[in-house]
Amino acid sequence: MSTVAHSVVEPGARSKALAMAVVVLYALLTMVPLAWIVLTSLKSPPDSISYPPKVLFEPTLEGYCNLFTTRSRQTADYIASLPPPDDRCEAIARARNMVVAGPSNYAPRFVNSLIIAFGSTFVSVVLGTMAAYAFSRFRVPGKDDLLFFILSTRMMPPIAVAIPIFLMYRELGLSDTRLGMILLYSAINVSLAVWLMKGFIDEIPREYEEAALVDGYTRLQAFFKVVLPQATTGIVATAIFCLIFAWNEYAFAVLLTSGEAQTAPPFIPIIIGEGGQDWPAVAAGTTLFLLPILVFTVLLRRHLLRGITFGAVRK
Amino acid sequence: MSRLDPVAQRAAAATPPVVAARLRGLSDRALAWLFIAPTMVLLLAINIFPLLWTIRLSFTNYRANRPNAAVLDIGLTHYRSILTDPDVWAAMQATAHFVFWTLLLQTLIGFFLAWLIDRKFRGHDFWTTVILIPMMLSPAVVGNFWVFLYQPQIGLFNYAVSFFTGIPPSSFEMLGSVRLAPWAIVIVDTWMWTPYVMLICLAGLRSIPDYIYEAAEVDRASKWRQFWGITLPMALPFIMLAVLFRGIENFKMFDMVNLLTNGGPGSTTEVASITLKREAFEKWRTGYSSAFAIILFVAVFGLANIYVKALNAVKNR
Amino acid sequence: MTFPIRRSLSVAATLAALSLGAPSAFAQGKTLTLCWAAWDPANALVELSKDFTAKTKINMKFEFVPWPNFADRMLNELNSKGKLCDLMIGDSQWIGGSAENGHYVKLNDFFAKNNIKMSDFLPATVYAYSTWPKGSQNYYALPAMGDALGWTYRKDWFARPALRDEFRKKHNRDLAPPKTWTELKQVAEFFQGREIDGKKVYGAAIFTERGSEGITMGVTAAMYSWGLQYDDPKKPYSMAGFTNSKDAIEALDFYKSLYKCCTPPGYNNAYMQEGLDAFKSGQVAMQMNWFAFFPGLFKDEKVGGNRIGFFVNPRQKVAASTLGGQGISVVSYSPNRAEALEYIKWFAQADVQKKWWSLGGYSCHNAVLKDPGFAKTAPFAADFLEAMGGVKDFWQEPAYAQLLLAMQKRVHDFVVADKGTAKEAMDALVADWTKVFKEEGKIK
Repeated sequence: MSTVAHSVVEPGARSKALAMAVVVLYALLTMVPLAWIVLTSLKSPPDSISYPPKVLFEPTLEGYCNLFTTRSRQTADYIASLPPPDDRCEAIARARNMVVAGPSNYAPRFVNSLIIAFGSTFVSVVLGTMAAYAFSRFRVPGKDDLLFFILSTRMMPPIAVAIPIFLMYRELGLSDTRLGMILLYSAINVSLAVWLMKGFIDEIPREYEEAALVDGYTRLQAFFKVVLPQATTGIVATAIFCLIFAWNEYAFAVLLTSGEAQTAPPFIPIIIGEGGQDWPAVAAGTTLFLLPILVFTVLLRRHLLRGITFGAVRK
Repeated sequence: MSRLDPVAQRAAAATPPVVAARLRGLSDRALAWLFIAPTMVLLLAINIFPLLWTIRLSFTNYRANRPNAAVLDIGLTHYRSILTDPDVWAAMQATAHFVFWTLLLQTLIGFFLAWLIDRKFRGHDFWTTVILIPMMLSPAVVGNFWVFLYQPQIGLFNYAVSFFTGIPPSSFEMLGSVRLAPWAIVIVDTWMWTPYVMLICLAGLRSIPDYIYEAAEVDRASKWRQFWGITLPMALPFIMLAVLFRGIENFKMFDMVNLLTNGGPGSTTEVASITLKREAFEKWRTGYSSAFAIILFVAVFGLANIYVKALNAVKNR
Repeated sequence: MTFPIRRSLSVAATLAALSLGAPSAFAQGKTLTLCWAAWDPANALVELSKDFTAKTKINMKFEFVPWPNFADRMLNELNSKGKLCDLMIGDSQWIGGSAENGHYVKLNDFFAKNNIKMSDFLPATVYAYSTWPKGSQNYYALPAMGDALGWTYRKDWFARPALRDEFRKKHNRDLAPPKTWTELKQVAEFFQGREIDGKKVYGAAIFTERGSEGITMGVTAAMYSWGLQYDDPKKPYSMAGFTNSKDAIEALDFYKSLYKCCTPPGYNNAYMQEGLDAFKSGQVAMQMNWFAFFPGLFKDEKVGGNRIGFFVNPRQKVAASTLGGQGISVVSYSPNRAEALEYIKWFAQADVQKKWWSLGGYSCHNAVLKDPGFAKTAPFAADFLEAMGGVKDFWQEPAYAQLLLAMQKRVHDFVVADKGTAKEAMDALVADWTKVFKEEGKIK
């Protein structure tokens, strides 16, 4: 029994240490598959499919090269007749009797992901914040029903929504367009945005706005000058959740996009090498695709953790 | 008190009341509708109108790959054949197994983790962030990658299990065995989404004020009693909310399972969404799949409705 | 007054420039997109098409999708009237749907105008890849890639004296490429679990894929050898007693026993790429795969050359092979129809077809296949000719996807997931197919 004075509700040092041990163990355990992905991205294709699986190996950038290029197999004589390779990836390809034929489709897909995910996040957060403010501050007829209705738009399986959207987009010419995907993701995310932001805005005391109104501001000005700055934490948390969804979305992307507007998630699982899946390239694609979200979340993690405390729960 | 712009302050003070009233701009009513309208328009266009179209289609024999064929009204034929089709019920069973076990495991582990993190040991913020990483991945890419991890000969999973239990790695196949495949998908989903449940439970635990515990200490309640009497009941609304969100999501699950097993072996892990996708976008039976979609939607809607009422009851007690 | 003069001068100049342009209807400097599956022959086509670009100055762009996703993606594209593909080398099964739903351009007039004769191509390929309804004179594609299911084996392992002796003692015959499925299973069992060069190897890599068409292609390879006919030749769509005939059931049972006894571990969802992987990494003694891959396998550093041998699909009661292959079509939604047709015209020429074969594409042109020296051009050429002489295809109906998906499910359920008996699986399949044909109005 510790003799150091501490608050009666604060856990003892031993209890803390035990908790820490378990949590750290869990964290490390769940990181193992992820670490394996990153390791695989640095293996050569033969190493990646060796059995038993290799933990020690010679790292190479071949996975990343394969991710960004298309290659074609040539005869050894033809290879010998070419001028020396001008970059790393070409050199790696030549060593396997192949030449780089051109860039792969990964970079354009990645860019599509950026445009569509960030675009739709922006739209859904803006729309969601506005609607949440109205629901929070004004008397809207049928408010509770409208809110449940908004939640219910998330209850259809994506495939189900995709059927009519497919038909609709075909008629409107929105198939395989970035605009079409941005609209779709915005519509899906706006329900989450409304619910989360309403929770946050409910937390902001009305007195601040009242004071602003008394001082002669319009409602609109009060919204911009008083409410929004206070809601920044909530906006960030909401934006992160919306972004994660739009960034990682697969079903709609695979059904409604093709060459122009396709994002990275439908592309990564179909990267094949000369035999089966090119696992180092797939792993490289996965790792690179995770990075933006990871960076975004780590930078804003304080907002996220604070935000969860408010928004996800209060209705 | 207020952090108003000093210039605006002076302007406001200088403006005579009548002008100030006119300057208040849009009325509250107008502003409310202006703010809600874009959201409603977007939802109507992308969610409601298609839903109505789906309902309409479910009564026809329309097929999206035969745009020139005649479209006939066939009433409830699709609904009847779906509700009496044993393959559909098998798919619902696979879905139910998946939803039940993932919810159970994620809730137990997630809450336990949240409770441990709430001990607030040193560096808990950092480790919380680390635990969050799996849920930032794309479920489709995760499904695809776990095929690699589950491979009996070259995959890490079998080797890890063999390392701890001594069973030879090639003696079992997670994805190929009828017994093990349903657990394979449960494991991957739990790996991905336990952090989500943990996060919400953590919010719940953090919302419990200290003074309640202090009062309990004064009353000499044991830690055990405190947990069951205070912690769990006050965190329950949050836990239920996490279960609601995860339940809805896993009922609709498609990406991860599709890439991990494709519904196999046979149809063992063919969850409802995979059946739906096959009917809609491989067999192109648009009318039929619309009916199936409506049935699924009604099921989730009904269950969610009941659940939310229970959740509100728990919150208000 | 200078303005009008300058204007008329510029108009005249433009007209002069236009009149000096190419006399043909298509525009140079345009880009065509060709959609196909991502596999070895596609890379060969990229190489071949450089000739087209050199002759016509039309650039070629390619959209290749791996086989497991090819049908889904491309059929989705066609059904959404997408403009991504100008030319499509679509699977032979899509002909029915694409013809009836207006996805492909009917090519009869174009062929007539440009003197492209279907009699220049192998009749089996014209029937399978170009015509709809089957056997009619309506052409919706030019036969582009002839293909069938064949087998490869490790010739170097089969040549080892110790193994030959042991096999001879056991089975009273030489260790050689099997001529029947019974022989194939014997050889597979012989190699299953054996240690060769310090590694454990397995008997055979066969198709078991659930998602697209894998296991159906594999199982029908067995069923066709047992003499399977889908329906009564005298009564189309009457399948009872034909699809679920005793022979078909026996073949299905046999395929399952082969899967259970003689495949590598974890081989429950394998198709072309997994087969290639297994064979190239030295895991299996024999591999079932499409002829399309054989040129690449022959050139492989680890298992090619002297180490690889080929054999045609073994017979059991009849000699038959599963048909693969595709024809090249013009997508009707393409804005570059004239240019696309130019490509078809170029591709149909005899010398282009000869070059196509030399690069690894399986030409269907008589100038290549009927050439007396053809069998010697590659170690698998003779087997290919033999296979194409007895090919059978899956249904090509517009509703083929439903038929295929039903068979995928029933067969995978039985072979991999151990559900029910072979008879139950085939009976259920007949019921499934009957339902589809009733919906289609092909059966009353």
